[in-house]
Amino acid sequence: MRRDIFQAIADPTRRAILTLLAIHAMTPNALAEHFNTSRQAVSKHIQILAECEAVSQKQNGREIYYHVNANKMKEVDKWLDTFRKIWEDRFEQLDDVLKDL
Amino acid sequence: MTNKTEILKDISSRKLNITRAFNAPVEKVWRAWTEAEQLDKWWAPRPWRAITKTMDFTEGGMWLYCMAGPNDEKAWCRVDFKAIAPVKSFVADANFCDEEGAIDTSFPTMNWDNHFLPTDTGSKVEITLSFDNEADLEKIIQMGFKEGFSMGLENLDELLEA
Repeated sequence: MRRDIFQAIADPTRRAILTLLAIHAMTPNALAEHFNTSRQAVSKHIQILAECEAVSQKQNGREIYYHVNANKMKEVDKWLDTFRKIWEDRFEQLDDVLKDL
Repeated sequence: MTNKTEILKDISSRKLNITRAFNAPVEKVWRAWTEAEQLDKWWAPRPWRAITKTMDFTEGGMWLYCMAGPNDEKAWCRVDFKAIAPVKSFVADANFCDEEGAIDTSFPTMNWDNHFLPTDTGSKVEITLSFDNEADLEKIIQMGFKEGFSMGLENLDELLEA
């Protein structure tokens, strides 16, 4: 299975996990409390997020905390920049059309 | 000076919002968005060209066009107009299709909600792009976002701008 940032955000539960982790780092147990699904299901999503490098873990005492890997998330923004470029080009063409209307 | 294009992404609600000001009155911007002759001039980012086959800008009507690439490759698209408030807004569904307008269901439907507003300096267009359901967004992300990201502008345009 492909493992990249787009795979990471393709699933609604994983997007919700990323949204929670964007606020602050959390343990897997604390994360699981936010979802109605089983802890195993949440763990599986965290594992995929880790494989996609969307999150990374830090040991703090006996607990493992997950936090968002901001650099990886920037890949989404890079894609968005491409999307933005298309629209900017298109709108500049529209500016020209409007001058002649 | 070129007006700035604002894009907001809302991944959790599967929406992209695009806002752009124009130094032209809203009536002209409306015409440019709703008349085939005008759309063909600007809708496809260069070097692609938009070529209208049929246009019926009425509720229940359809715009059937293709995006033609520099090597004459063609991507057919249809836009079905659902609701129209003249010179204010229109709602439409966009799909890939064949030359006759038969929808290619392997691609998700993209919903358009376009608002046209008069301003002190001309006008403003607010576009909301959304997808029918979760599966559709996953598909768009899997097929379009990633591939578009790595393949470049032209192909992304084919994938996303139907």
